Amino acid sequence: MSDSLSKLEKRTAYTLVLPAVLLVFAIVLFPIFANVWISFKDIELKDIRIPEPRAKKIVKSISENQSELKIIYKLRNSSLIQEIRNVQFQDKFPTNVSPVNLDPRCNFQSKKVVCSFGNWQAKYRENFEIIIQNNNGEIIDKKIIKSQKPILSGKADNPLLTTNFTLENFKKVFYENNFVELLLTTFYFTFFGTVGAIIFGILAAQLVNQNIQGRTYMRGILLFPYVGPVVALAYTWTLLLDPNSGTLNALLVNFNIIEQPINLLGQKYITMSILGFEFKLRLALTTVIFFEIWRYFPLAFLFILARLQAIPQSLYEAAEVDGASPIQKFIHITLPQITAIISILFMIRFIWNFNKFEDIFLLTGGASGTRTLPINVYQQGFAVSDIGMGSAVSIVIVMLLLSFMVIYFRLIGKRANEV
Amino acid sequence: MKFKSLAIFLIISSFFLTCILSIWKIMATLQGLSFTNLKITPVFLIGILLSLAFVLIGNKINHLIKIFSLSIIFSISYFYLNEASPYWYIFGVFLITLFFTNKLKKYNMQSLQEDFISEKIIFDFITLFGIVFFAFVILFPFYIMLVTSFKTQIALLVNPLDFSLDFTKSLTELFKSYFVIFETYNFGRYILISSAVSIGTVIVTLLFAIPAAYAVARLNFFGKNFLSTSILIIYMFPAIVLVIPLYTVFSQLGLRNSIFGLLIVYTATTLPVAIYMLQGYFKSIPKEIEDAGIMDGQNWFGIILKIIIPLSLPAIASVALYVFMIAWNEFLFSLMFLDSPKSFTLSRAIQYLSGDAETPRQYLMAGSVIVTLPVLFIFIYFEKYLVSGLTAGSVKE
Repeated sequence: MSDSLSKLEKRTAYTLVLPAVLLVFAIVLFPIFANVWISFKDIELKDIRIPEPRAKKIVKSISENQSELKIIYKLRNSSLIQEIRNVQFQDKFPTNVSPVNLDPRCNFQSKKVVCSFGNWQAKYRENFEIIIQNNNGEIIDKKIIKSQKPILSGKADNPLLTTNFTLENFKKVFYENNFVELLLTTFYFTFFGTVGAIIFGILAAQLVNQNIQGRTYMRGILLFPYVGPVVALAYTWTLLLDPNSGTLNALLVNFNIIEQPINLLGQKYITMSILGFEFKLRLALTTVIFFEIWRYFPLAFLFILARLQAIPQSLYEAAEVDGASPIQKFIHITLPQITAIISILFMIRFIWNFNKFEDIFLLTGGASGTRTLPINVYQQGFAVSDIGMGSAVSIVIVMLLLSFMVIYFRLIGKRANEV
Repeated sequence: MKFKSLAIFLIISSFFLTCILSIWKIMATLQGLSFTNLKITPVFLIGILLSLAFVLIGNKINHLIKIFSLSIIFSISYFYLNEASPYWYIFGVFLITLFFTNKLKKYNMQSLQEDFISEKIIFDFITLFGIVFFAFVILFPFYIMLVTSFKTQIALLVNPLDFSLDFTKSLTELFKSYFVIFETYNFGRYILISSAVSIGTVIVTLLFAIPAAYAVARLNFFGKNFLSTSILIIYMFPAIVLVIPLYTVFSQLGLRNSIFGLLIVYTATTLPVAIYMLQGYFKSIPKEIEDAGIMDGQNWFGIILKIIIPLSLPAIASVALYVFMIAWNEFLFSLMFLDSPKSFTLSRAIQYLSGDAETPRQYLMAGSVIVTLPVLFIFIYFEKYLVSGLTAGSVKE
């Protein structure tokens, strides 16, 4: 009895879960594995369509009375890298019209010309001609002939499914792609973006957690950058920071804080001198990091605030009685209570910053030293059109992510379960 | 000891006042006033005098009379120290000073002798300063976005700092950018597409997520633990690594440039979060209620439809709003999959507009306002649901 019940339960569970699992598998998991496949192939954006035979039909008169016409078919293989096998061609003609001196590859039967062209190599092209005449010497209507489209068919492998593999993509990723700088930029962006967002999150949460008036409004306002659409926010920032007529530069120049406008998003380095030490700062990258912090500190803020509000007030009251200063209270009561949530936030934000594409793409397009790994995926795959190379970069990202996760679960995973 | 805390008090409080007044000056400059100097040092010095006077007077006179007279004196001296400025600007200075002196209420010569008073002063003013700072930094870009959409290219080139709105103009003049992007750039269509994709994503996601979340929360089956951990891991995986395979496959299937293709991708990428958020809530529903349903002979379909869904409407609403916002704001996939202006979403349309360097910036900002307003309205109106959903179900971009 209970056995059949649990069987029923299992069956029900699988029916309920299956649609969601299949969809996620097809759209999320399958592509991750497909990346591995594509990354070992020498394939470009223009090659991804399955090759097909194509024909362009041109009709020309060759006799005075138009009882004879020459038809030129510009035949070609749409693919530049793959052959099409067993190409078949077929075109229909009106009654009383028949071909003259038909190509030996073709047959004329019941108003149809049928040809077998055999195999077409990659880049194959041919101007194929048929001369037709009206059997009764009457005029052939060009328009009718032109409106009839030839039908072509052929067998070709899906370029994604062929089994010729190469290591070339990975060689290029590591040796020809400025890989070290790419990696350093990515980590610089990820690390400072994450740490900055968490620090500002702690500050904001600490502020809002005081008994200030309008606390709920403040919480709502602080979340605006997080819920707003990235496109709108990124373009607003671009406009604000624009060196020629951006508000920020105009203000700074107006109040004589700087002499010349600074191209915050378009300049790779800026030389700073602090206490006599001169050093170069990655200017555009730093600006992008600030945008990142601005956009994502609200998330850290929200989680830390939720945690702060759960700390029992009695702890602070006891500390007050013991004569603790505000700083002591923060260090000895607040901080230990929020370390767990901070470590989780660090992990989540680290991974997401590591994968961040839109923000950098919209602000700088990856120029001025802001090229990170995800930007590189786009540049290789779509700007340079090297799909295989883009996939190889994706694989590098996935591998790095997996290692972060392993490290994280080793180090802090146990503690995360307690929260 | 007393001198030290007095000095800290004077410096910190005056620093705070100087910061607020500088922000006020910047905002006034953006209204077309031609200030060219923040005059930080003189303001800081008269700020110190103000705070000093405040603690010296102490409780000798009524608090209200004290703050009013001090603010008036401060505003007048500020007026003489500054460049020529209109009365509304000075009135603003007066209100800020009033607010500031009111915040000083608890400080006097006696209270400056308490334990840890320096730390308390610092904490107090950092809190105040922090709130003003965060509010300013957050809202300023939104403010610029909004006011730019009401200006004209020429006006902005003549004076990039003048964002004042000319209300003497007719409404059609003021809202010109909005008329243009609707008439010339077809934004009506993009709003429809974005709404259709977002609402469609919400419906399909819920259809898939509710049964799955119910199974994960309630039923026992082989692979359940594996499933619930992989949900978390999957949604850590980035969209950027899915883009190339999806692009190639969608090209071959003819799903690019189609709203349907976008809908599938959005649904699949939001499903893990939706399931995770919902199952957490379903677990909190007492099991006895369902047992009663089973006794009545309901099958799982009946239980979900008649018991689970009505009981978890708040959670479903928060998931729905959340998924809507993700789909509405989504940019990466719409960039990759949509090439034809016929099928653009709002985000993609704005990005397309910006690709043309000739596009006047006020059109770009008007488009940005249009894409931002709905999410901000939804967020403000349903903030409670959304915040609880965000914190309960962890997070997704």
